[in-house]
Amino acid sequence: MNTPVYPTGYHLRKRRSQAAAFTVFRVLSYFIVLVLFAILGFIIYKGAGVLSWDFLTKAPEDGMTAGGIFPAIVGTLLLMLGSAVVAFPIGIMSGIYMNEYASKGWVVRFIRLMTNNLSGVPSIVFGLFGMALFVKYLGFGDSILAGSLTLGLLSLPLVIRTTEEALKDIPAGIREGSLALGATKLQTIWKVVLPMGMPRIITGLILSLGRVSGETAPILFTCAAYFFPQLPASIFDQCMALPYHLYVISTSGTDIEAQQPIAYGTALVLIIIVLIINLLAGGLRKYFEKRLKIK
Amino acid sequence: MKRFLEKAVKWLLTASGFVTSLVILLIIGFLFTEGAGLFREKVIEEGYVLAVHKDNPVKELTAAEIKAVFDEDITLWSELGGPDMEIVTFRLEDADEYFTEEELGAQYEYAAGKIDSLIAATPGMIAFIPESMVEEGAQLNLIEDNAISPAEVLGGSEWFPTATPAPLFGMWPLLAGTLWVSFFAILFALPFGISIAVYMAEVAPERVRNILKPVIELLNGIPSVVYGFFGLIIIVPLLQQVFGLPVGESGLAGSIVLAIMALPTIVTVAEDAMRNCPRALREASLALGASKWQTVSKVVIPSSMSGIASGVVLGIGRAIGETMAVLMVTGNAAVIPHSILEPLRTIPATIAAELGEAPAGGAHYQSLFLLGVILFFITFFINLCVEYISHRNKAKNS
Amino acid sequence: MEKIEARDVNFYYGAFHALKGISMEIPQNQVVAFIGPSGCGKSTFLRLFNRMNDLIPGTRLEGRILIDGQDIYGADVHVDELRKNVGMVFQRPNPFPKSIFDNVAYGLRVNGIKDKAYIRERVEESLRGAALWDEVKDKLGESAFALSGGQQQRLCIARAMAVSPSVLLMDEPASALDPISTAKVEELISELRSQVTIVIVTHNMQQAARVSDRTAFFYMGEMVEYDDTKTIFTNPHKEATQNYITGRFG
Repeated sequence: MNTPVYPTGYHLRKRRSQAAAFTVFRVLSYFIVLVLFAILGFIIYKGAGVLSWDFLTKAPEDGMTAGGIFPAIVGTLLLMLGSAVVAFPIGIMSGIYMNEYASKGWVVRFIRLMTNNLSGVPSIVFGLFGMALFVKYLGFGDSILAGSLTLGLLSLPLVIRTTEEALKDIPAGIREGSLALGATKLQTIWKVVLPMGMPRIITGLILSLGRVSGETAPILFTCAAYFFPQLPASIFDQCMALPYHLYVISTSGTDIEAQQPIAYGTALVLIIIVLIINLLAGGLRKYFEKRLKIK
Repeated sequence: MKRFLEKAVKWLLTASGFVTSLVILLIIGFLFTEGAGLFREKVIEEGYVLAVHKDNPVKELTAAEIKAVFDEDITLWSELGGPDMEIVTFRLEDADEYFTEEELGAQYEYAAGKIDSLIAATPGMIAFIPESMVEEGAQLNLIEDNAISPAEVLGGSEWFPTATPAPLFGMWPLLAGTLWVSFFAILFALPFGISIAVYMAEVAPERVRNILKPVIELLNGIPSVVYGFFGLIIIVPLLQQVFGLPVGESGLAGSIVLAIMALPTIVTVAEDAMRNCPRALREASLALGASKWQTVSKVVIPSSMSGIASGVVLGIGRAIGETMAVLMVTGNAAVIPHSILEPLRTIPATIAAELGEAPAGGAHYQSLFLLGVILFFITFFINLCVEYISHRNKAKNS
Repeated sequence: MEKIEARDVNFYYGAFHALKGISMEIPQNQVVAFIGPSGCGKSTFLRLFNRMNDLIPGTRLEGRILIDGQDIYGADVHVDELRKNVGMVFQRPNPFPKSIFDNVAYGLRVNGIKDKAYIRERVEESLRGAALWDEVKDKLGESAFALSGGQQQRLCIARAMAVSPSVLLMDEPASALDPISTAKVEELISELRSQVTIVIVTHNMQQAARVSDRTAFFYMGEMVEYDDTKTIFTNPHKEATQNYITGRFG
């Protein structure tokens, strides 16, 4: 037999190249973690001094060189709420349709393709679209209504996808069990499927709220006000929003020295919102997983 | 009753199923209607005309030529196919130089006649005046005012949407800016993204991975304005110092910020793809005496290539469409970039920066919607690529 | 001399005691079959011989396993050197998504052989050894996925044999194959015994009886009986073995 003659010590060379390659990966990974913590740390460090009760609860003053960001916080919360009202029911229903009703074939494929495409549409295009449709064509003007509708459509694909994935993982046997007891399809979905999928759907909804809270481009021309110190009285009013406020203050400020701390503070509040949302979503996921296991 | 309810709910659900498709159609519809309007607009600002001496043989001028004439980059009619004669430009506000206030009248009521005769008396003059100032029987020729041509918009290399008498809507600099920034962003993000994905999927112990994963998710969740702000405060001044630039706002700053923002997408998708590589393949490789690294590089990465590719393409899509962060750090100069260290401007940033100032319904406004259409189709195409790649991959695996 | 020797092997998945005090010797150039019901530990035991279980986190081994008198879990052993010497064929055919040629050449290349002419020679030799050469010689550049399941499994055997191991571990190699392909694989096993020591895990008792010289019966993590195949199937000493081979459980 023609036995191969292996170069001696090749395993050492293999081991060395492995060590080298893995070291590179490790270093690059840690580098990125470092960058992230640099970004976070820097903004927290600079912003922490600014955060105060007054900063959070007062309107901007003196041409936005002093005072707080209360109207922007309220505006962002209103927009989150508004977009949820738009996106959650439609998104969840759409997800249910995709997983429970639509026959698996070109219809589902087509809708999924469209949903994926919608989720890839840049946010500025949503802004243009919202302006053309809601602000101009439907005549809502620059308003919380127009902004919420635009942001709602933007977060729709995410809501649909999480709903669909949550329902997909529910075993078919559970549905069959309910149907076999004489429940209708709707009853089965309402009483069995949805409650089981809820934990994951809720996690997804929370994450979509997080995305909405940070979006700027879609509200530039549909809702966001440069300066609107009083609180909006109706959904046809404009409102301030945190991300837009940060953009305005950090790029077109009139008094950079006085405004920079406000910018740091606003950035920190935005990061805190994102952190809370991520922690909440992660915590809920863990909580539900544990509860399911015990059951 | 119960059956009716079942039916009604089914229809409701079906209808919501098609909402996303409807939205896509509406986006295309609205953007197109507004954007296509640009090509119905005239080159010269509405309500104005360009008048020349009646013996001047030049009948037509492109928008770029008009701009060059009024910027005095072109000073001879011979350059435009006319006689060998110096060009004298005239705008309404130049009237004071030729006439006294009394001659024009307090309400400019005599201006029309005066200006018309001025043009008739000056063979080399080209005048940018309101339509109403051309009196009947005036001894002058009007430059033909054509509709804005798609070729000039899509191929044009100058973006001056507010120039008078003829704004320029050449989109090439914006497209080039977008592609440059995205290209470099991916160039920076790729080695990091793939490395982190490999590290998380193959090298890191479970404990480290459990820390890295949420960190990457967090990176994904931070709003783009915060990245832009960070870029503005840290990266821009840093680049200015390191490269000794006149301004730190540059394509490079945009690329770096975008690279950080595209990372999570690349990492998540690529890591998923590698984790989904069948265990049997890994074991087959290891059982032949391959080291872990050989297994990863020769088996795992090649077999998850399509997943990694979709991650990268998705990252590109995200980079191309990103607005705020880029707007804040690239310096917004609408010129074709010669170096990544110069300021430049991307399509999304242009829309965001200019839509607020563009009068609704005007040519500028419509041109921004046209940019939106272009952007939409670029990302639409990218998404189709991703679908195609992952669909082919699914077909291959089954 | 014994090729493989296990001394009082205990193995744990976390708290689960998967293998209990197993000692056995496997002589050179013999075919040894491991039989037993699902979950009895036979595959786990097999995967200790090329340290495949190292990949599973939370496992623990007590006792010693020697190949050619050397403790393969010793501190001076390089695991890839060991695996080069101890080949493995898996339950389901698992060719790489590469060409037929590259599949067979893989093991040579990752172990440092660069001589192309030699690799070509060795690929042909291995494919001939696996009785696959005539079927694939004209399409070596094609994807291994284009082959049938049986051909893929023989390709995997050729791939394992190309690096010329002295031990070949086979983990239910025919369980995913049709009867004709199974027969071919079994034939191959009898031909390969002159070159390597073969340890085969099988569900199929007739297969064990057909191909092996010695058979070990495992039950609930213990090795109940280990003897000449003939003895095991005609005159087992233990009642559990008797029950199993007569089909009373399993």
